[in-house]
Amino acid sequence: MSDWPLWEVFVRARRGVSHVHVGSLHAPDAEMALRNARDLYTRRQEGVSVWVVPASAISASSPDERDSFFDPAADKVYRHPTFYDVPEGVEHL
Amino acid sequence: MYGNDFGTPSDDPGRGAATDAPEGFDELLATEGRVEPRDAMPEAYRKTLIRQIAQHAHSEIIGMQPEGNWISRAPSLRRKAILMAKVQDEAGHGLYLYAAAETLGVDRADLLDQLHDGRQKYSSIFNYPTLTWADMGAIGWLVDGAAIVNQVPLCRCSYGPYARAMVRVCKEESFHQRQGFEILHTLSNGTEAQKAMAQDAVDRYWLPSLMMFGPPDDDSPNSAQSMAWGIKRFSNDDLRQRFVDMTVPQAEVLGLSLPDDAIAWNDETGHYDFSPIDFTELFEVIKGNGPCNQQRMAHRTGAHNDGAWAREAASAYAAKQAARLVAVA
Repeated sequence: MSDWPLWEVFVRARRGVSHVHVGSLHAPDAEMALRNARDLYTRRQEGVSVWVVPASAISASSPDERDSFFDPAADKVYRHPTFYDVPEGVEHL
Repeated sequence: MYGNDFGTPSDDPGRGAATDAPEGFDELLATEGRVEPRDAMPEAYRKTLIRQIAQHAHSEIIGMQPEGNWISRAPSLRRKAILMAKVQDEAGHGLYLYAAAETLGVDRADLLDQLHDGRQKYSSIFNYPTLTWADMGAIGWLVDGAAIVNQVPLCRCSYGPYARAMVRVCKEESFHQRQGFEILHTLSNGTEAQKAMAQDAVDRYWLPSLMMFGPPDDDSPNSAQSMAWGIKRFSNDDLRQRFVDMTVPQAEVLGLSLPDDAIAWNDETGHYDFSPIDFTELFEVIKGNGPCNQQRMAHRTGAHNDGAWAREAASAYAAKQAARLVAVA
């Protein structure tokens, strides 16, 4: 069983929303991973679309470098629309 | 179906744990409250979680046996379909939990090996036999009811993947509990023989259900550390009391009695009193000396060994298909 790779499972609950990670499972190949994900994660109408991705194909950010990795968003205040002054009376902007 | 840090008081991998917390871990617990797989964590925290989550997963898998015992003998097609759906859920719960355990850096196959050779345990409750159809009701109502009381706080456990798995499990668990209650309610309002069968099942499953919460607080060596780490939110005895308080009024609705004459409302404490529990039996069952321990393990290892060729075939097929894809590309 240890030969069977790990797959991460993403389910889209309905039309118009994005796929959300729901869990993982072991399966010998993508087809079995999809079938098992269907049985395991959509038994109660949780979704209408399933993605399976080999866990080995995912690269994750490291919690150690979290501050340096994610900080720029906070100090670049000009990225936010509220940074800009709008003259009185201008609508639909 | 059930998760708790069960083991004999001598199993104690968590001891001395507090000293080796990596920098920032205690602060993380205090502020964000959730630990995620790539965070640094004390080795003992990781080990305790692996043990608890794996044993929880094993319990789901072994727990399919006592109920699976009645699938082919369910009294109606409706009851049979429900029971099959429930056992399918238990398999799913096992898989969610193995996946959560694997985020801690262990391999499911290794955990199963540890179950098979007795290094890891599963819930004591599944070592009791299912002798009548009414046991399906008692298990749903009492055993799954105890599981819910135990598992709802685990939805706020400090380890994110475990907490998320528990949210999913708890949703499905309330279906299990209600269907069990319905079975007993139907039997209890049926013929005299049916009511007697329901009462007998409740009589046999009451104490084992109470023991599911684990040893009393003064005999539960891992509890303090688990609570400090936010793995556990309430003590064994607190959860047990909560279960009793919840169950006594439900028994009245069922018209069934609980096999304990000491059960009485206590105005002062605001809880139901009940008799002290003799935990000798629990420790015997955990040690492997319960009524069905050998049978459960023999069935589990038998299925694993007999299924080896099918797993190998699936791997060989996957390898062949992958090779073809490469050849085409």
